[in-house]
Amino acid sequence: MTGFIQDVAHVMMAVLFLAMLLALYRVIKGPSLPDRVIAIDLLTTVAVGIIALYSIETGYKVFLSAGIALALLAFLGTVALALYIRRGGPP
Amino acid sequence: MRDILTLICMITGSLFMLFAAVGVIRMPDLYTRMHAATKVGTVGVTGVMAAVALHFGDLGIVSRAILISLFFLITAPVAAHMIGRSAFFAKTPLWKKTVVNEWPDSPPDDTSSSSSASSSSS
Repeated sequence: MTGFIQDVAHVMMAVLFLAMLLALYRVIKGPSLPDRVIAIDLLTTVAVGIIALYSIETGYKVFLSAGIALALLAFLGTVALALYIRRGGPP
Repeated sequence: MRDILTLICMITGSLFMLFAAVGVIRMPDLYTRMHAATKVGTVGVTGVMAAVALHFGDLGIVSRAILISLFFLITAPVAAHMIGRSAFFAKTPLWKKTVVNEWPDSPPDDTSSSSSASSSSS
């Protein structure tokens, strides 16, 4: 039963990579700057999920600390870009 | 039993994050896209973190998973609120079937960080 969980985690990592590709499409296509910021926020959220699934698959518990750091960086980046849009955005 | 719960949480969280990405692609407007990305993405991360906590069962790992879940639950609404507010003040166009717009023609043009006129209307 322990090998089965790792296999399912591997498949779910593929699903999350598909989600990252969809969000990346919105980053490239997005009509305005806030659309891209939203998509980047979703991209880092999915990256935290991928890190968690990778720590399940390999059994290394250390990667969750990287997930904490990535979540914090995602929040800071989103807030900084929101303030940038608020101050006038790109010229 | 714990393995079955782990599998259920992992699959549910991953599928929720996939649905968040599909919603970001398919929704017609910035605000509805933000709706999809924020809430559904938060539920997905919380499900995957519940799967991690159930799989390892260690005290440090469980506390870290709860920390990440709480962090997303706290910061995702704040970030979505800031982006939606900034986008509305930057005159990002709404969907044409939007029902309620409180400031239809001219939102108050304040470039300062927080003003009393904009916070009193919510």
